[in-house]
Amino acid sequence: MAAAEKAVLILGGTSDIGRATALAFAQSQWTVRLAGRSLADLQREADDISVRTGRQVTAHPFDVLDTDSFTVFVNALPDLPDVVISVVGLLGEQPRAETDLDHAKEILRTNYEGPALILRVFAEQFLGRGYGSIVGVSSVAGDRGRGSNYFYGSAKAGFSAFLSGLRNRLAINSSIQVMTVKPGFVRTKMAEHRKLPPLITATPAEVGEAILGGLNRRRDVIYVRSIWFFVMLIIRLMPERIFKRLKL
Amino acid sequence: MTAISGWGRYPINDTEMIHPRTVDAARRATVQANPGIARGNGRAYGDAAVGVRQTIEMAHLNRMRAFDPRTGQLTVEAGLLLTDLIATFLPRGFFPYVVPGTSFITVGGAIAADVHGKNHHCQGGFGQYVENILLVLPTGETIGASREEHPDLFRATIGGMGLTGTILEATIRLRPIETGWIRQRTFVADDLDTTIGALECGDSATYSVAWIDCLARGARLGRSLIFLGEHAALHHLGERHVANRFPLRKPSMSMPVDAPSFVLNRWTAAAFNELYFRAGARKAASSTLVPTHPYFFPLDALGNWNRMYGRRGFVEHQSVLPIKNAQTTLAEMLDRIAKRGESAFLAVLKKLGAGSGSLSFPMPGYTLALDFPIERGLFSVLDELDELVVAAGGRLYLAKDARQSRATFEAGYSDLSFFSEVRRTVDPAGKLKSRLAERLLI
Repeated sequence: MAAAEKAVLILGGTSDIGRATALAFAQSQWTVRLAGRSLADLQREADDISVRTGRQVTAHPFDVLDTDSFTVFVNALPDLPDVVISVVGLLGEQPRAETDLDHAKEILRTNYEGPALILRVFAEQFLGRGYGSIVGVSSVAGDRGRGSNYFYGSAKAGFSAFLSGLRNRLAINSSIQVMTVKPGFVRTKMAEHRKLPPLITATPAEVGEAILGGLNRRRDVIYVRSIWFFVMLIIRLMPERIFKRLKL
Repeated sequence: MTAISGWGRYPINDTEMIHPRTVDAARRATVQANPGIARGNGRAYGDAAVGVRQTIEMAHLNRMRAFDPRTGQLTVEAGLLLTDLIATFLPRGFFPYVVPGTSFITVGGAIAADVHGKNHHCQGGFGQYVENILLVLPTGETIGASREEHPDLFRATIGGMGLTGTILEATIRLRPIETGWIRQRTFVADDLDTTIGALECGDSATYSVAWIDCLARGARLGRSLIFLGEHAALHHLGERHVANRFPLRKPSMSMPVDAPSFVLNRWTAAAFNELYFRAGARKAASSTLVPTHPYFFPLDALGNWNRMYGRRGFVEHQSVLPIKNAQTTLAEMLDRIAKRGESAFLAVLKKLGAGSGSLSFPMPGYTLALDFPIERGLFSVLDELDELVVAAGGRLYLAKDARQSRATFEAGYSDLSFFSEVRRTVDPAGKLKSRLAERLLI
């Protein structure tokens, strides 16, 4: 199928990574559908990408915490997309999550429950149709829990495990691809006030290109900057006795 | 608080930086300003985009909203950079009607300063191609202004230095172009009379500008290179060019550190002027094809070129003189500079047409732009130049200004009372104020 007829749905379309990913797909002649909480914000991004690329970009209201609405949301789309990408995420504030139950819950639900459950709906629909690709943007923070962000990290770990389980199930006799993306540090508004080391910090545009490239090469798990694979390998291999004493 | 300046790195002021990410956030910042001003990409040379308290940086509001290829109408948010706009539309055969000497400015800034380009004498300023402006007033009210709707506010906003409200969005018209190449012709003019004569003849050319060797004295005073340009049509291109019909910008180098202040002095400036003149003269009378970016934005290829002038920064003195007095006053100005041996590194002369906003800089006449590194004694020389400008009925460009007096400003801008009247209506509490507005009591 020519790319011109393909459609990608991006959940979390107003985030920096969502926008950059949408732009990368539109530039490669895809039809882009953006989903997110605020219709006005989505329309702003949809207009921008449409003007820049001349492609059709549509906006669809979607609340990742409203899991009851998921089936209605999917059925209301103009068509079942060829590719669905979840870039939904909430870093939250770790210290606040330690004392505020609602905030902790919001982090867990936004990073794990919501994304897993919506991709579950697409997985079944893709199975019924016989093809489709599922991309989940998870995080290196899910590779090992750290004191400074373990609510976020554990939810991402759950999401990564969900994606690997789904991939495992669908790998045998189906043409459905499931790809996990671990961006590492990215220069986004989420990280606006943090000083990030340039060598291991990607731009949102790099993430978008990596997702498009990873899909084309049918990759399973990608680290946007490959150095992160080695960084996380070392972190994962460290004995817990030592790891637990580090200030991370 | 953050210490910021304009492109000339003088003066430096403390301000609270606000970075709105949405149109709504920019609206809130405008309402809460006490007082403050919007800032585009910080390419105004002096203190025009430095707020007295807050400075609202519009960089994140850089989305495009709509484009109609049949009319060339483009609606964008105010923080969109021209370089981004050009990278998107040049390959599709569209280009802004007016571009200044750098593409690193925002659309909002281009409107606020009513920037002009090398085609002002025949095609007017940036404001001429603005169809609609969406503004938020300090009262929180959002207003669409155009030639039909709120025409007074529209006329005050074009060239209004951001003082009539924060520009959120604008609809501008782009021109269709067949190729991304410019046919450039270069001429040598041996003195000021010839230079002005050549620019008068150059009226028929779409783009014209004179680069003046401002260290030449005596009989050679005002000697210059005249650059004329036209958009090349497809049939003007050779085979090599057709393959690259819309050449894109090459990645730029950047000045990593401040040059020591001795790098630019009267001797190096003289050497540069001489070399540049000779190099240009060699190409004279020939016609060459030049890609869009190096033609319009030669200095964009060197990022942070303002650091060339060293830590103390520099000022640009850009004045416009009405046609009837231009020749004698220009001669007097160039003579003063040459005599004082002030090291103006760059001197550009250009013919202008009428401006379209009430505080727009252009008027029918000649504009002379001079760059000077800041040195002891410079400002008194500039004050003398100001007197000549005022006596000739001219004025100074606010987007370049860092030091003119209220008297010079008041004498030059005859529409000031109209502007102040509009400003009183839209900003009665005076919530919008840049350092420039504070200095010039606008």
